[in-house]
Amino acid sequence: MNHNRRVLLKGSLAAGAVGAAIGAGLLTPKAAVAAWAKAAFEAKDVNVALSSAMGSSDTTTTDKIKLKAPDIAENGAVVPITVTSNIDGTSSMSILVPKNAQPLTSTYTFGSNTQGYISTRVKMGKTSDVIAVVKANGKLYSTKKEVKVTIGGCGG
Amino acid sequence: MAKSIKLRAKAKGGVATVKCLISHPMETGLRKDKKSGKKIPAHFIQEVTAEHGGKSVLNAQWSGAISKNPFLSFKFSGANSGDSIKISWVDNQGKSDSLDGKIK
Repeated sequence: MNHNRRVLLKGSLAAGAVGAAIGAGLLTPKAAVAAWAKAAFEAKDVNVALSSAMGSSDTTTTDKIKLKAPDIAENGAVVPITVTSNIDGTSSMSILVPKNAQPLTSTYTFGSNTQGYISTRVKMGKTSDVIAVVKANGKLYSTKKEVKVTIGGCGG
Repeated sequence: MAKSIKLRAKAKGGVATVKCLISHPMETGLRKDKKSGKKIPAHFIQEVTAEHGGKSVLNAQWSGAISKNPFLSFKFSGANSGDSIKISWVDNQGKSDSLDGKIK
């Protein structure tokens, strides 16, 4: 009698532990992408997003990063952005659009042989600066450019 | 299911230029369905990785602010024509895909 009661207790305890793990989001498929910086991407503020993604929001403006973006983007859903960093030791890069609801669009971590060059396409809600932040030798460098977004597509 | 990635990689003077195009809806989760007024659930690629010779050359983390059918281009040195390169992605719904390509 007593023995059975022990077994039952143990069983329910174990089940409880698994349930808690699922509840905490530990066993969901999202956990597979554990490296994804959720806090950084969901931040609503540029500085918060930067500190979370790059470790600091203290950036030095430089002309060694070339940010190529259109002056006027007729379609905010597809804005081509090319960033070239000429700083030695570039290890990672982020592209931010401050006026988007969630400013951080993407972060790139480079391998040792990879050059500081990224070309991609981002979405922009409205006219805003585009900021490219580069991390090199533990320091942050940034450059920005304004892109005008004309929603009507009339090219104004 | 390696059909979602299109890859062009070219080596010139030891530097490879890789261009890839992924077909993906990239929903932010903020957009509303015009008919039902309900929010369209977020569905976007979170992570893209590129490997060359067993070494990671690029790890990209994306949000929903990357355009639909994303384009990504990058460069790395130490590459020769004929080398293989692997691109893979994982999205927020746990789906993934990868492609083994050759550098021209």
